[in-house]
Amino acid sequence: MSATSTANAPAFVAKTKGGRITDFVDQRVGGSGILREFGRKVFPDHWSFMFGEVALYSFVILLLSGTFLTFFFDPSMAETHYDGSYTPLKNVEMSVAYSSSLDISFDVRGGLFMRQVHHWAALLFVASVSVHMLRVFFTGAFRKPRELNWVVGGVLLILSMAAGFTGYSLPDDLLSGNGLRIIDGVIKSIPVIGTYISFFLFGGEFPGTVIISRLYMLHILLVPALILLMIVIHLFMVVVHKHTQYPGPGRNDGNVVGYPLGPVYAAKAGGFFFIVFGVIALMAAFFTINPIWNYGPYDPSPVSAGTQPDWYIGWVDGALRLMPGVIGDFHFEYVIFGQVLTLNVLLPALVPAGLVFTILFMYPWIERWITKDDREHHVLDRPRNAPTRTAIGMAGFTFYCVMWAAASSDLIATHFHVALNDVTYWLRALFFIGPVIAFIVTKRVALALQRKDREIALHGRETGRIVRLPHGEFIEVHAPLDDYKRYKLVGFESPVPLPAVPNEHGVVTRKEKRRAALSRWFFEDRVAPASPAELEAAHGHHGQHEAVESAEGQKTLSH
Amino acid sequence: MGNHSDGSPNHSGTVATAGQNEVEKFQDPGIPPHRLRLADTDPKAAKRAERQVAILFGSSVVGTVIFLVAYFAIDLGPDSTIATIRLQNALLGIGTAFAMLGIGTGIVHWAKALMPDHEVSEERHAIRTEEDRQAAVRIVDDIVEETGIKRRPLIRNTLLGAVALAPLPALAVFGDLGPRPDDKLAHTMWAPQEGKLKRLTRDPDGTPIKASDVTIGSAFHVIPEGLNELHEGKLNEKAKAVVLLMRLNPESLKPSAGREDWSYNGIVAYSKICTHVGCPVALYEQQTHHLLCPCHQSTFDLTQECKVIFGPASRPLPQLPIAVDAEGYLVATSDFKEPVGPSYWERDEHERNINS
Repeated sequence: MSATSTANAPAFVAKTKGGRITDFVDQRVGGSGILREFGRKVFPDHWSFMFGEVALYSFVILLLSGTFLTFFFDPSMAETHYDGSYTPLKNVEMSVAYSSSLDISFDVRGGLFMRQVHHWAALLFVASVSVHMLRVFFTGAFRKPRELNWVVGGVLLILSMAAGFTGYSLPDDLLSGNGLRIIDGVIKSIPVIGTYISFFLFGGEFPGTVIISRLYMLHILLVPALILLMIVIHLFMVVVHKHTQYPGPGRNDGNVVGYPLGPVYAAKAGGFFFIVFGVIALMAAFFTINPIWNYGPYDPSPVSAGTQPDWYIGWVDGALRLMPGVIGDFHFEYVIFGQVLTLNVLLPALVPAGLVFTILFMYPWIERWITKDDREHHVLDRPRNAPTRTAIGMAGFTFYCVMWAAASSDLIATHFHVALNDVTYWLRALFFIGPVIAFIVTKRVALALQRKDREIALHGRETGRIVRLPHGEFIEVHAPLDDYKRYKLVGFESPVPLPAVPNEHGVVTRKEKRRAALSRWFFEDRVAPASPAELEAAHGHHGQHEAVESAEGQKTLSH
Repeated sequence: MGNHSDGSPNHSGTVATAGQNEVEKFQDPGIPPHRLRLADTDPKAAKRAERQVAILFGSSVVGTVIFLVAYFAIDLGPDSTIATIRLQNALLGIGTAFAMLGIGTGIVHWAKALMPDHEVSEERHAIRTEEDRQAAVRIVDDIVEETGIKRRPLIRNTLLGAVALAPLPALAVFGDLGPRPDDKLAHTMWAPQEGKLKRLTRDPDGTPIKASDVTIGSAFHVIPEGLNELHEGKLNEKAKAVVLLMRLNPESLKPSAGREDWSYNGIVAYSKICTHVGCPVALYEQQTHHLLCPCHQSTFDLTQECKVIFGPASRPLPQLPIAVDAEGYLVATSDFKEPVGPSYWERDEHERNINS
């Protein structure tokens, strides 16, 4: 072996020190192929591509700060009397888990800082995953060939919430204990096996003595391992697909326009890790998060008013709040064949979350089916150029936000001095009406923005310069766009509704008819991109000057 | 990059672009011409950017020093207070923030101002070649064919059956995660022990409550006598047994049949565990006689035996039958007549067992 490799020793000799090191490593591990592939790989750049990076970096920060915390945290629920330096809780009976969390906060130097960093990074992690998903949805980045990576992203979103919740409960303080009790109540509402699941999870009756150590295992081992696995799959697929790019001059589905990985992109992305870390450190320095010493140890009897879960659980908690238990004389909990079905808990806990995630996971295939679009898409849609999709997304987002707001119904009531019951009634109404309103408004706004784009593409941008013509008319001078700016406004596809097509037997199936109806719903309101002929006509029409009035009749607005 | 046709290289067989083929489209003008930055043309500007990057890296060093000083110089000894910890936390945070932001902004500034900023275009390669694609499909078909699984349904079905059942042991081994629920949820500590009725005592100190202590409008958080002396499962028992005790004007109570002797002189006791998902119903609105759960805002009306009047709960709070013993202390005459807390599948069965 060694003989052959010496014999094949390259005649090429690296001249610089860096080159010699690269060569040394390469001759031993053979990384030159990888380096050649990735060293100059082109990455498109856009501010909205940062959210995924923020998620990745906050996960790294979570691993770092979390590892530090495990050195001091003791997940035991054994009873102890507090003996640390926080005097208000001196000698108070509490679990070892709570006591060690207090020790991390008050007796380990930098421990409080690490706890704060960990909690803020966790909140940021779920937030950035969510915003990243929204970006991917609204720009259509989930389309072929990236459908599976969208699913992996959805799994990551669920896992990030699981990681958050299991960690939130660990300090065994009053606030998180009540959160666990709510979870227990929800689990008990599951038909047939609910009681058993509750007893198995808590090792007996709530709260028992094992739940913290079990959650700890999930929180530091199982969930992060799954997240890591999913991140690896996610990034692997990003490499296989290459990154999407925003539409613009010079960009099409056949190329990638951007900066090479080394050095510019790597420097920007690498530098960004430190910026994320720095921002989290600033938040940890100045904004208290989860001051467990104020809550006290878990005790099933007290509860503080105005309790709130961490933000990402809010929508599920809000759904629980919105559901009425009794309407008139109708009770949502009833007894069938001697068994209790408690729909007032079961429905809000399962249905909205189930709906959101089912549609989220299936959406790429739903849209693919409606549009019959089997092409690969590497150029993103500007949200306005896909009005129906954008409207669907906003409807879902509104649905989520109504539930999220409901988790703060009591705080809304006390802050704005309105009746708590009224807040709930309004939110109940918005739960159903909100998404519909959001859909209609968003779609109209998107279409209006498209019309504005047309206007600018055809007649130029407003200069603010008012000119009086010889015959007395005042006009505003419009400056024509250059080719590059115009292409950004006109270079998109505007699909038309796709009528039902018979299958190979010449039959138009019922499914196909439904698809055609959905296609009409998707695309019947459309604004076509301006065409060169229209631009020509616009110039001719206005003669020497570019006037603002746009002949409405010229627009090919099919309605 | 020259002119690209129209940004959609693949028209054939796609319907999404069908409506547009007849309409002429704008030509892609290609990547806009590169614009030089100040630092590219002016050596002074480049030098300035270089200094700025160096200053940012320098501020990172300052941050690291702040962190180390805050860590070692601030003593969390016996005479430290919350203020000391806050100060240390703030300084550690500022130090870390400077250390990290200095490096981060420095690198980004370096990349943006000094590194080449030519946007380049790279061809996308197909994820796989058409040849590979067909070969892969053929290989899968061949493999399936050679196993003969389609021709031998007996093998397929027995395999499916075996694979479907094989994970059962993996589920079964979790059987010892917890005990069977049995009827544990149906009983609380309030049940009289050896004929002795349990006194109502204050939460958390456990001192008994005299009926005369309970004035109209007052509310007590109550635990059963003996709870604090438990060594094991104290929190489990407390999670079921906590009670709210209130005194109303006796006329405002309208006890239903069978509950006439569950109160004493307008003093009533109700389970504090919400029938929704189990939060403590800790808020008592004295004027309206409402009990409010702070978690999900279920509201119960005391004058209607804690019937739900608002919110997500569906069942009234269970009432604890109380009386007064010979010494004038409040006692529970029996356990709750129904399971307390959130509903569960076997709840109705348990309630029937209690009352039979």
